[in-house]
Amino acid sequence: MQTKVENNKAWLLVMPVFLIVAFSAIIPLMTVVNYSVQDIFDPYTRYFVGTEWFKQVMLDSRLHEALLRQFIYSFTILAIEVPLGICVALMMPTKGRGASLALILVAIPLLIPWNVVGTIWQIFGRADIGLFGAFMSYIGVDYNYASNPMDAWLTVVLMDVWHWTPLVALLCYSGLRAIPEVYYQAARIDRASRWAVFRYIQLPKLTNVLIIGVLLRFMDSFMIYTEPFVLTGGGPGSSTTFLSQSLVQQAIGQFDLGPAAAFSLVYFLIILLVCWVFYTTIMNMQKDK
Amino acid sequence: MQSSKEQAPVFSRAERKARNANLRGRFGLVLYVVLLLLPIYWLVNMSFKTNTEILSGLSFFPADFTLENYAKIFSDSTWYMGYVNSIFYVSMNMVISLLVALPAAYAFSRYRFIGDKHMFFWLLSNRMAPPAVFLLPFFQLYSSVGLFDTHIAVALAHCIFTVPLAVWILEGFMSGVPREIDETAYIDGYSFPKFFVRIFIPLIRSGIGVTAFFCFMFSWVELLLARTLTSVDAKPIAAIMTRTVSASGMDWGLLAAAGVLTIIPGMLVIYFVRNHVAKGFALGRV
Amino acid sequence: MAWMSWTLPTALFFIGIAVILVGMTTWQIVSPCVERRGFLPLATTRGDRLFIGLLSSAFIHLAFVALTDVNIAVATVLSAFWMLILMRWG
Repeated sequence: MQTKVENNKAWLLVMPVFLIVAFSAIIPLMTVVNYSVQDIFDPYTRYFVGTEWFKQVMLDSRLHEALLRQFIYSFTILAIEVPLGICVALMMPTKGRGASLALILVAIPLLIPWNVVGTIWQIFGRADIGLFGAFMSYIGVDYNYASNPMDAWLTVVLMDVWHWTPLVALLCYSGLRAIPEVYYQAARIDRASRWAVFRYIQLPKLTNVLIIGVLLRFMDSFMIYTEPFVLTGGGPGSSTTFLSQSLVQQAIGQFDLGPAAAFSLVYFLIILLVCWVFYTTIMNMQKDK
Repeated sequence: MQSSKEQAPVFSRAERKARNANLRGRFGLVLYVVLLLLPIYWLVNMSFKTNTEILSGLSFFPADFTLENYAKIFSDSTWYMGYVNSIFYVSMNMVISLLVALPAAYAFSRYRFIGDKHMFFWLLSNRMAPPAVFLLPFFQLYSSVGLFDTHIAVALAHCIFTVPLAVWILEGFMSGVPREIDETAYIDGYSFPKFFVRIFIPLIRSGIGVTAFFCFMFSWVELLLARTLTSVDAKPIAAIMTRTVSASGMDWGLLAAAGVLTIIPGMLVIYFVRNHVAKGFALGRV
Repeated sequence: MAWMSWTLPTALFFIGIAVILVGMTTWQIVSPCVERRGFLPLATTRGDRLFIGLLSSAFIHLAFVALTDVNIAVATVLSAFWMLILMRWG
């Protein structure tokens, strides 16, 4: 890594970004903080309530359930997508026309608007008009994602795996391509098994991209909203209501400004913590290189 | 280490093994891609069917091939204006993001300055923050400045995640350009703006293209903010689609056709960014 | 500005944060700090320790609000001490 020049005038170049993101991030954040300590009926009828909303939110059992569901969901999809993504990346050809084709085909789900992903699975999973739903009833499973919580979960997880495994696969693929051919030649001379090649040559090179992949997948699944909203609307009951969904329900549906703001802040703090841990890890790894 | 003794037979066995593994890999990949494309195929298939055919049974090919669903979208202004609105604010967002992100990414890739790391992290945290957290204040903010239901409101709101994305991706590309080029240019008497526009930007042309694509992409796929900040004049296609979903008597064919049309922009340009697609999705960190 | 619903405590809070940031910047200009290793398991600069301190203080406050009924000022005092320790030895 080249050493950078110390120059505080560089701030002038960063200023536009700072201003535009500050407008969209800091002003709203301040507003959320303001809302979170008041009971607001309209801008002129409001009362300072201190930390009451925070207490209410932190002790709200519905939110505990949503948080628990969120964690189970995020870890489930990570547990499926990371190994599956690695497998797909290992199977992808590295040279020639096939490589480009595979790359494009695998990337397609990533380019689909999130609500359309929801729509696709909404259609695909229905027993009367969808292939997957019809297949499930054909093999004798009584499958209905709109009324059975387990089926709804299965569909939401399947949808996310379908949607985002390509991301992990693409990251791993680009990590694998960075391994020089010499390494494989050396392994061949040593008569290393396929597993040994993976364990001692490929996996170490993949840790870097995998950390980024896990970061992105964890964060994005932690704020998932659109896909389950379109697919199940959070139901049946509240079985697929994740954090963003319950927040939107509270903020827009019931217009409970105070509690929604307190909830937002707690949510944001969790995100900030996780994000910082990953950022520090990634930056330290880059420094070591 | 012992391979020198009986190299020939071992090598061929290893080769056969490798070929088998290769074959298995191809088979697995084809299977995966087929499963991946099946739901999309189903959507496309459905968009060419009439509603009666959709509801009457499953078939892999439309028996009664029709373009009626697409015709309906292109003839009804509440539908096609949705696409126009989406493209409009997405393009606006793309231009804004690139304009502000280019100098900033240059600063991050070339200089150390007070708070640079914290600034970089702050940008990242905005990319990671759930839009739902900012939903209410955004609504209030844009209403109070009179921008509610305009394209620029959505474009600015989307900047919260596209600008960090653009800065991160561009920084990745710019760090790959050797610093000697900058120094030589300054010695040759180029001023910074002249150097930046004449020499540096052409050097990272492909990076800028990729970044533009990803700004476009991420703004295009987002629904929550776009839906909340618009009501009539700037309503995006995604929001129009969800409204159809909740309406009584599902028009499945129409919904499928609208979905297919939203996939097309991504499909058209993916070919050009295929080699950088991982880098883009990984915020330039690959 | 009315829609932002400012209150005195939150205004003071943000002014406080702004003052800290300005102060840290001036401190950095007057005497630049070097990365060092304290009791935290990673090398940190002053700014890093400030961030860690603020974030952990936020969580301390949340824990106090959720789990106990004591006055929030207790949490604030505790956080201030924690910040001090972190900045000095972290």
